[in-house]
Amino acid sequence: MKALRKILDNIKPHVQPGGKFAKFHSTFDAFETFLFVPNTVTHKGSHIRDAIDLKRTMSVVVMALIPALLFGMYNVGYQHFLAIGEQATFWQTFFFGFWKVLPIVVVSYVSGLGVEFIFAQIRHHEVNEGFLVSGMLIPLVMPADVPLWMVAVATIFAVIIGKEVFGGTGMNILNPALLARAFLFFAYPQSMSGDKVWVSIGQGHVVDGFSGATPLGEALVGNIAGMHEKWSFMDMFLGFIPGSVGETSTLAILLGALLLLATGIGSWRIMLSVVLGGLTMGYIFNAFAGVFPQNAYLQLSPFEHLVLGGFAFGAIFMATDPVTAAQTNRGKWIYGFLIGVMAILIRVANPAYPEGMMLAILLLNVFAPLIDHYVVEGNISRREKRARLAGNNQ
Amino acid sequence: MHANILISMSKVYKIKQGLDIRLVGEAERTLTDFQAASIALKPTDFIGVFPKLLVQEGDVVKAGDPVFCDKAHPEVLFTSPIHGKVTEIVRGPKRILLEIRIELQGGDAWVDFGKAKPSDLSREEIVQRMLQSGVWPMVRQRPYSVIANPADDPKGIFISGFDTAPLAPDYDFIVHGQGETFQTGVDALRKLTSGKVYLNLPDNTVNSKVLTNTRGVEVNHFAGPHPAGNVGTQIARISPINKGDVVWYLRPQEVITIGRLFAEGRYNASRIIAVAGSQIHKPRYYRVPAGVGIKKLLAGNVNEGETRFISGNVLTGTRIEPNGYLGFYDSQITAIPEGNYHEFLGWSMPRFHKHSFSKSYFSWLTPKKRYVADTNLNGGERALVMTGQYEKVFPFDIYPMQLLKAIIINDIDAMEKLGIYEVDEEDFALCEYIDTSKTEIQSLVRQGLNTVRAEMS
Repeated sequence: MKALRKILDNIKPHVQPGGKFAKFHSTFDAFETFLFVPNTVTHKGSHIRDAIDLKRTMSVVVMALIPALLFGMYNVGYQHFLAIGEQATFWQTFFFGFWKVLPIVVVSYVSGLGVEFIFAQIRHHEVNEGFLVSGMLIPLVMPADVPLWMVAVATIFAVIIGKEVFGGTGMNILNPALLARAFLFFAYPQSMSGDKVWVSIGQGHVVDGFSGATPLGEALVGNIAGMHEKWSFMDMFLGFIPGSVGETSTLAILLGALLLLATGIGSWRIMLSVVLGGLTMGYIFNAFAGVFPQNAYLQLSPFEHLVLGGFAFGAIFMATDPVTAAQTNRGKWIYGFLIGVMAILIRVANPAYPEGMMLAILLLNVFAPLIDHYVVEGNISRREKRARLAGNNQ
Repeated sequence: MHANILISMSKVYKIKQGLDIRLVGEAERTLTDFQAASIALKPTDFIGVFPKLLVQEGDVVKAGDPVFCDKAHPEVLFTSPIHGKVTEIVRGPKRILLEIRIELQGGDAWVDFGKAKPSDLSREEIVQRMLQSGVWPMVRQRPYSVIANPADDPKGIFISGFDTAPLAPDYDFIVHGQGETFQTGVDALRKLTSGKVYLNLPDNTVNSKVLTNTRGVEVNHFAGPHPAGNVGTQIARISPINKGDVVWYLRPQEVITIGRLFAEGRYNASRIIAVAGSQIHKPRYYRVPAGVGIKKLLAGNVNEGETRFISGNVLTGTRIEPNGYLGFYDSQITAIPEGNYHEFLGWSMPRFHKHSFSKSYFSWLTPKKRYVADTNLNGGERALVMTGQYEKVFPFDIYPMQLLKAIIINDIDAMEKLGIYEVDEEDFALCEYIDTSKTEIQSLVRQGLNTVRAEMS
C-alpha cells in the first residue's frame, strides 16, 4: 500500500491547480479518495467525526442491489432458453444473461461517470458518489436487449438534465435512474414497452405459442386467467417472469431491502408506506371489480400487485432515494403511501401503460417538496401557537 | 424566609434521541491541587464581546481587578482570576485581542468585594457585585448563548447539574463538599429572576446529596443519552423559548464561584477540571484557576504522537495549542490523537476500531466498548444527501435539516419560524458528528444566530 501511496503522492503535484494536468484534478481526487480515505482533519466544530461517509453509504446501496443484479442475469438466460425451448445448465443460463447485462452496466457507468467527472472538474468539486448507485440502478430497470447506445444517451440525458443542471447530487428533483428510463420509455417506446422486448431471443427460434408479454402485459389486455395459468404466485415472487433485468425477483429485492434496513440507510417509513399504499389501492380496486367487469385488471390480488412489475424494486430502491424523496419523517409516510396508490392507479385505470411505478415515483418526486412544506408548516404553526399561549399567560 | 421552601414539582423527562459516545481516557476520580504558573483571559471565549483593554503589559493585578470590558456594555467587567503580572497581550490578524497572559506573583492579593448574604441584598446590589467582581459573564442567556444582559428579567434561570458529553467531568465529584457555597450562589440567582431557578439532574442514583438538597429551586430529572445534559435540551422540555423570551443559564461550578463571591467576598476563580482523553497518560481531576495554562498542567502526562488539545469536550470544545489556556466556560481539557493519515480503502473496511452511529459499521453491536477517536474527518465534504439522520440525535421539536437550509440561504424569517431561538451550536454537535456529508453544522448554526442577533439589535 505504501508503494501505491507513493505513486499517488508523486502524481499529486501535477494535478493540483497550476500543475501540468490540472484539468484532471477532480478525476485524480476521485481515484485517490477511493483508494485512500483522505488525511483531512477537523478544523471547526466537532473534533471527532463519525466513521460514516457518502462512499460507504452509497456502496452499501450498491451491495444491496447485487442480489437483484445476479438474479436478473440468471433470469435473462432462463427466459431466453424457455422461449426457444432449449435445455441449458445453470451456468449456461447465468452466463447468457451475464453477457447480456454486463455491457449495459459498463455503458451506464462509463457514460454517467464521464459526465460526473467533467462537471466536478468544471465546478472544482470532489466527484460525488451518488452516481455509483444510479449507474447500477439504470441497467436493472432496462430490458436485457436494450441497444447500448440508448443506455448511453439516456444516462447522459438523466445525469445532465436530471441532476447536473440543478447543481449535482443532492440538488436534483427527479430520481436520475428513473429519469433515464422515462427518457427511453417516451423517446423509444418500441424498445421499452410492448410484448417484444422483455425476453432476449437472440439467434434462436421461439417455440409455438410463445408470447413475450410480462404478467402485467397480460393483465392489461384482460387475460388474468391466462396469466395465472402461465405463472404461479411463487414464480412471480421468485422472479421467473419476463421483465426488466433487476425488477422481477421480489425475493432478491427483499434481500437488498434487508441490508438497507439493517444498516438504516434505506428509509423503512418509505418502504412500508409504499407497500401499504399499493395494498390499499389494490383492495379498493378489488372491491370495484364487480362493478366494472370490462376491466379484468381490477381483479388482480393486491399481493400480486406487490410482486409484479417494478413495484417492489421501486419501493425499495427508487422511492427511497433520500434526495428526491420527502425529507421529513412524516412527509415520508405521505410520500410513500401516495406512490403506492398512484402506481396501482396508473397500472389498473390507465389503458395505455401496463405499469405505473416509474411514473408514480417521478410524480411524487415532484410533489415531495410540497409535502415537506406542509409538514414543516405544521411545526411552524405549532411553535406560533405555543408563543401565543405563553403570551396570554403572562 | 422562603429559602426553605422545597419546590416539589420534580419531574422525569426521558430523552430518546441522542447518542452516548464512549471514548478511552475517562478521568479517574482523584483530585490534585495544581499550582498554576500562568493563566490567560481569552476575549474570544465571549461571543459578541468587543473587548476594551484596561491593563498594559507589566501591570500587576490582584484577583478581581478588571482586565478588559465589553465596549458595548462597559459595566460588564472581565477580571483577573489570580494575583499576577500581565506579561503578554497577544493579538491576532486585524489586531484581534486573543489572549491576556498573566503570570502568578507571590502572595495571594485579592480585591475585597465584601461578604454578604444574598438574601439581605437587593437585586441591584447583587448585580453590581457580580459585575464588578467579574463573575457576571458566567451568566449566559438563550437565545444566542451570549453573556446575559443585567437589565433583562429572564423567565427562568437554568442550571444543568450534569454533563453527558464524551469524557465529561462528573459534577457529583466536582461539587463534593461545596453544597453550602452552591446554595449561596443559587440564593443570589433567585434574586435575579421573577421566574424560577431550575436545577436539572440526571435520573439515577446520585452519589452525593450536594445538588439534590438544594433549596429554592425546581429540580427536574433527565434520563437518556447525550444531549440529555445540555441545557438547551432541558430548556426545550421544561419551558421552551418563544420569540422574545430570554432565559439565563449556568453550570454548577459557575454557581459555586458566584456563591464564593458572597460567602468569601472575593472572586475566587478556582475550579475543578477533568483532564481526559486517550492521549492523556493518567486522566484525572485537577483544581486549577480559571484560564490555566495547560503546558505545565499536562507536562509529562501526554502520550507520544501528534495530539489535538481541546479546551472543553470533543464535540463542542475549542482547539488550543500545547501551550494554550483553558477556556472561561470549560471544565475539561481533552487530548486526542490527530488523524492526519491516509487509510487504504478505509470506507469499505469493517473498521472495528472506529465508532459510528451508522449501522453499516459494527460499533452498535458493542455499546459498552470505549473507542480511541482521532480528528480525521473520515471522508470528504459533500452536499446534503441523507435525510432523517439528524432527527435521531436531536431531541427538539425542530426540523434540523430545514433550519440548516434556512441558515444556508440566510432567510431570517424562516430561521425564526423554524425555531432558531431555541438552539445554539452545542445542540447541533451530535448532528455534526454523525453527518454523512461532513458539513460544518455548528459554525452554520452560529452564523445563523449571529445573523438573527444582528438583525434584532
